[in-house]
Amino acid sequence: MPALSVRDLDKTFTMHLRGGVRLPVVSNVTFEVAAGECVVLGGPSGAGKSSILKMVYGNYGVDSGEVLVRQGEALVDLASADPRTVLTLRRDTIGYVSQFLRTVPRVSTIDVVAEPLVVRGAGKAEAHERAGALLARLNLPERLWNLPPSTFSGGEQQRVNIARGFITHHPILLLDEPTASLDAANRAVVVSMIAQKKADGVAMLGIFHDEEVRAAVADRIVDVTAFAPRAAA
Amino acid sequence: MSGEPLLRVENLTRYYGARLGCADVSFELWPGEVLAIVGESGSGKTTLLNTLSAALEPSAGKTLYRMRSGEWRNIYELSEAERRFLTRTDWGFVHQNPADGLRMTVSAGANVGERLMAVGDRNYGRIRATALDWLDRVEIAADRIDDQPRAFSGGMRQRLQIARNLVTGPRLVFMDEPTGGLDVSVQARLLDLLRQLVGELGLAAIVVTHDLAVARLLSHRMMVMKGGYVIEAGLTDRVLDDPREPYTQLLVSSILQV
Amino acid sequence: MNAVASYNFAYLDEQTKRMIRRAILKAVAIPGYQVPFSSREMPMPYGWGTGGVQVTASIIGRNDVLKVIDQGADDTTNAVSIRAFFAKVAQVQTTTRTTEASIIQTRHRIPERKLEAGQILVYQVPIPEPLRFLEPRETETRKMHALEEYGLMHVKLYEDIARHGRIATTYAYPVKVEGRYVMDPSPTPKFDNPKMHRSEALQLFGAGREHRIYAVPPHTEVVSLDFEDHPFTIQHFEAPCALCGAEGVYLDEVILDDKGGHMYVCSDTDHCEERREAGHVGRQEAAE
Repeated sequence: MPALSVRDLDKTFTMHLRGGVRLPVVSNVTFEVAAGECVVLGGPSGAGKSSILKMVYGNYGVDSGEVLVRQGEALVDLASADPRTVLTLRRDTIGYVSQFLRTVPRVSTIDVVAEPLVVRGAGKAEAHERAGALLARLNLPERLWNLPPSTFSGGEQQRVNIARGFITHHPILLLDEPTASLDAANRAVVVSMIAQKKADGVAMLGIFHDEEVRAAVADRIVDVTAFAPRAAA
Repeated sequence: MSGEPLLRVENLTRYYGARLGCADVSFELWPGEVLAIVGESGSGKTTLLNTLSAALEPSAGKTLYRMRSGEWRNIYELSEAERRFLTRTDWGFVHQNPADGLRMTVSAGANVGERLMAVGDRNYGRIRATALDWLDRVEIAADRIDDQPRAFSGGMRQRLQIARNLVTGPRLVFMDEPTGGLDVSVQARLLDLLRQLVGELGLAAIVVTHDLAVARLLSHRMMVMKGGYVIEAGLTDRVLDDPREPYTQLLVSSILQV
Repeated sequence: MNAVASYNFAYLDEQTKRMIRRAILKAVAIPGYQVPFSSREMPMPYGWGTGGVQVTASIIGRNDVLKVIDQGADDTTNAVSIRAFFAKVAQVQTTTRTTEASIIQTRHRIPERKLEAGQILVYQVPIPEPLRFLEPRETETRKMHALEEYGLMHVKLYEDIARHGRIATTYAYPVKVEGRYVMDPSPTPKFDNPKMHRSEALQLFGAGREHRIYAVPPHTEVVSLDFEDHPFTIQHFEAPCALCGAEGVYLDEVILDDKGGHMYVCSDTDHCEERREAGHVGRQEAAE
C-alpha cells in the first residue's frame, strides 16, 4: 500500500472579483508515493506544482478526486475529510515545509521549531534539545535561537522552516521549494536530511527548483504538464 | 481532540423584531478547537456570539452543550441558576471592552479571585496565591495585585479580563473582538498570550473578529458571515488561502499587505 | 377645648398591622430573607427608626412591657421619644430593665444580658441589603440572594484583608443565616454578632425607608462570614468598665475634660446599672 495516493484531482479557480473568470489549474492528477521514496513534481512555473502540493495538504480545496493517505492499515481521503480529520492527519501523518515562513510575533526561533513536538505532548526541554540540534545542523547561529525570526534573512527564515518541518516523525512529508534561498553548503545539509528521512521510511513529495538538489534526492519525477487542464472546447 | 464534541449548534436563528440578526447557523465544536467567526459590521457575528453564550434568547434553534457530568443540555432550557453557574465556572466570556468584563472598583487580585470565592473557596492565602499565579501568566506584574483596573492600561485590563475568565478552568471561552481597540504592538502580545493559553489549557473557543490575521493566528476553523448567514466555513487556512465564495474572496483580498 | 386626634391602638390601623404581620410571618418562615412591605408615614422622619417602630406597633399588645435603647442607652433623646410615643398610643408599660421587657426595640446594639424565650428584639435598620455597596442594582442583588451567589460578599472581605491586613469591617458585619441567606445585622458592632446565634429570643428587623422586614427566629444558626485563614473575631477591650468593672462587654468611650481625659464605660446602661446595684465597682468609682 502506498503511503500517499492521489487520484483524479481536478482544480479550477473562479475569480469572482474579476467577473467570475475561471482559471483551470490541473485536471486528473494521479500518482502515488511509497514509504521511503522521494517523488518530485516537475514542470515549468505556473504548471500547478505548488497547487497540487497544497491540495494534498488540504490547504487548497479540490473540485473532485481523492487524496488517499495511509493511516495505519486504512486509507483516509483527505480531500473530502472534515476539518478535524484534516487537522489530525496534519498532526500525526502529513508534515509540510512551506515555501515561506509565516512569522508569529514574539515567539522565539527555538520555540517555533520545537512547537510541533510540544503540541504532540513532548516535554519542553526535550523538544528544545531536538530543535537546537536541527538548527545547529542547518548552521543557524545559536545567538539567533532566542530571537523571533521576523527580522531574519530569507535564507535564515527558510532554515527555521525546514527545522520545524523535519523535527517530527511524520510518515509523509511535503516540501515546497525547501532550498530556494539557501547557499550550497546548506543545500547539501538539506539533501542529507532528506536522505535520512528516506532511510527512516518517510514518503516525500517535493518541488525543487535547483537541478542538482533534484537529482540528488529524486527517486521519481512526476511531470505535472501531464495534468494540464483540458483545453476549453 | 477527543471523542465527543463539546457543543452542537442546530439551526440557530435570532431576529430582532422583523430584522434578521443571524439565521440557520449549525456547527459542532470539539474540546481544544478554536472557531473564528469572521465578518464585517452588520454580518450577524456578534448576534451569533451573544445567542450562543445565552446572553440572548434565540428565535429558533438549539445550542446543546455537554456538561461536565457528560450530560447534554440545551442551554436555553437551563434554569437561570444553572446558566449563571455555568457562565461562572465552565465558560468564559472575554468582552471587547475589558471594563464590561471586570469590576473596575475592586482590586486586580479580587477580580481574579471572585470566581473562586463564588464557588466556595474560603482560604484567603490560597485565593491570593492563585491570583498571583494568574497575573504572572498574563504578564501583569505581581506588585499590581492590589491595584484597581481603573489604573491599568487597555492592554493590561484585557489581560486581567482573560485571567479572571480562566481561573476556574473553563472548557469553553467566547471572545468578542479580544484585540479590538488595542494598539498594534499590544495586540500582538495579547494574541500570542491567547494562542499559548488556548494551547496549554486545551480550551475550546469561539472568537468573533473582523481581523483575518487574528483568525489565522488563533483559529483552527473559520465561519464567514454576511447578512446574518454563514456563507463559507472550513479549515481556517483553506478558507483564507482558497476562498470559494465571492464575499470571502473580497474579504481576503481587502487585507492590506504591510 | 382641644380636638386631639384619636389614634388606633399603637398608632397603626388594623389593616396595616395585618399587612406588617403577614410580612413578619413570611420573614420568620424564611430566616434572613428581606421581605418587602408597604412602609407607612410615621410621626418621625425616615432615618429615625420608622421601620423598628412599625414592627413594634404591629406586634405590641396591652400586656407587653416595652424597652427602647439607642446605642445601648435607655436615656438618649431617641430612646426616650420612642418609649414615650408607645406609652401614649398604646398605653403599655415601659421599662429600662432588660429582664422585665417582653419587647426591646433597639438601635445599633444588642443587650449584654442573654435574652430569653418569649422576648422579642426589634432592630432599627438603615440599609437592609448587605450587598448594596458592592452592587448598586437592586435587580442584581435580588438575583444574587435568590441564586445564593454570595461570592461578591467575600470579595469585599478579601479587599479588606488585602488593604488592611485583616477584615476591617467592625459594624454591620455580614452574617449567613441558617446556612442560606446573607444578612446585614444592622449597624450593631461585630462584637454583638455572636449574640444573634441561636438566641432564645425572636429577632425582627425593620427598615422603614427601604421598605424591608426580615427576621431570625429563635434557635437559628447565625454565622459571621470570614475566611478559613482569617477567622471572625470580636473586638477586645483592654480594660473593664470604669463604673462597674464589667469585662467582656461592649464599652463606649466617654470624654471627661478638654485635656484628653476619658474613660470607658458599658454601652448597655441597664447592664451597668444592674451590676452597680449588685455591688460591683469599677476603677473610676473606686478612685472617687
